[in-house]
Amino acid sequence: MKYAILCYNDEAAVSSWTKEEDDAVMGRLNVVHEKWEKAGKLKPSIRLLPTSAATTLRKKDNEVLDGPYAETKEQLLGFYIIDVDSLEEGLEFARELTAANPGGAYELRPIMIYNEGAR
Amino acid sequence: MGDLAWIDAALVSARPQAVAALLRYFRDLDLAEEAFQDACLRALKNWPQNGPPRDAAAWLIMVGRNAAIDVTRTRAKQTALPDEEALSDLSDVEDVAVQRLDEADYRDDVLRLLFICCHPDLPATQQVALALRIVSGLSVQQIARAFLVGESAMEQRITRAKAKVAGAGVPFEAPGPVERAERLGAVLAMVYLVFNQGYSAADPASDRASLCDEAIRLGRLLLRMYPSEPELMGLLALMLLQHSRLAARFDAEGNPIVLDDQDRTLWKRTPIQEGLALLDKAMRTRKPGPYQIQAAIAGLHAVADTPDETDWAEIDALYAALEIHAPSPVVTLNRAVAVSKLRGPEAALAMIEPLAERLDKYFYFHGMRGAMLKELGRAKDAREAFNQAIALANTPAEAAHIRQQLDSLAQKK
Repeated sequence: MKYAILCYNDEAAVSSWTKEEDDAVMGRLNVVHEKWEKAGKLKPSIRLLPTSAATTLRKKDNEVLDGPYAETKEQLLGFYIIDVDSLEEGLEFARELTAANPGGAYELRPIMIYNEGAR
Repeated sequence: MGDLAWIDAALVSARPQAVAALLRYFRDLDLAEEAFQDACLRALKNWPQNGPPRDAAAWLIMVGRNAAIDVTRTRAKQTALPDEEALSDLSDVEDVAVQRLDEADYRDDVLRLLFICCHPDLPATQQVALALRIVSGLSVQQIARAFLVGESAMEQRITRAKAKVAGAGVPFEAPGPVERAERLGAVLAMVYLVFNQGYSAADPASDRASLCDEAIRLGRLLLRMYPSEPELMGLLALMLLQHSRLAARFDAEGNPIVLDDQDRTLWKRTPIQEGLALLDKAMRTRKPGPYQIQAAIAGLHAVADTPDETDWAEIDALYAALEIHAPSPVVTLNRAVAVSKLRGPEAALAMIEPLAERLDKYFYFHGMRGAMLKELGRAKDAREAFNQAIALANTPAEAAHIRQQLDSLAQKK
């Protein structure tokens, strides 16, 4: 079963981490990443650049807006693609991520590959 | 990351909004800061048990406001709100609190708080120190270290700056569009001062260098509030693009490495990508300005894998535009670098000679002039120019760089 793990957190708070905190979190996350990658279950992971760099095209009136589409307290900061045996296993991955990087939430969203796209 | 580190990050990120809103309530900087401190202490006690509130800034504003009202009781008209236990337990109360703090108020509040620090009577360094203390919440000790001065001297400086600002009477009504634009312009200049303070640090790991990160954080904060300001996008892009080179800008001894000699594989890709994306977005508005142009120049350097691949013609054109938008002899001097690459030392020399009077005390002018003369084979004139440059060098590293030039002149002979 393939899932996207959507990573939500308060962007302003995350970008206020000190360098030491940031390095520590990344170090712990990398341990989790490596483990699941070795098991062949972690596919690509995508980091989204800050929402201040985002642009939104509103389809209704073809209007181009600066900033992200959703103005929420917590922002979508990135996502992982995983291929796991069950939802429970996906949750296990998310729990390990949480232990490495508390705060915010992980949304597990089942996905299907619709089109592999250009290589 | 433990509880405390998490709460700390939340408090740091909520600080500008919270202090700015409290300043609007109390119209007194010291009182606003005290109220915020008080709210932080309560957060440290309350959040580990009850979990962080959904909107940390709103929580801190409510709690800080209550605490200050309790203590001072000077503003009898304002009724006390529920205490923080109730606030964080009942999310609907929190929602009401959040709604009351309109997004537009936040924006004007934070802009005002930053603008206060830009008082024209304050010298640039004091503007920066004040902003770091009030807006960013850095400790006096941290700021003193960043400025390489003693803590008590910095304490005094900040106290004096605050007194000046307090007497200035900044209006608390929501600003009109023209005034808002003016404030934003002053604030952008101040944020860039913070950045440059950090950029001038020779040690990338120093407290001073960390001011670059702080300036970028302030830039992102402003852009989240004013998402469609092209010059703000330009400033943030400029800072990100310059900061991306941090690891390549100094050798092991802390001597600066000029752009052409930097190991470009050490340039960080993520800030370059973010900077280029912001620049792209800004240029769509077709409202060019000095920050966007400077960012575009930095962007052209950033995308060149080797110095030879640099698009000097485009850089020359951008400097020509900058000469119109923000004319200064230093801009022309920088343009001459591009001209020397495009059309040779003679053309560059012709461009900078008229600047001699105005840049007579400027290290880089004599260094550049010497380099051009050297390329033209005018060794005697070059030596004279380099000697003038050495006399004006700001750092031992700058002097050493010129001495190398002199040495290679001597060898040629």
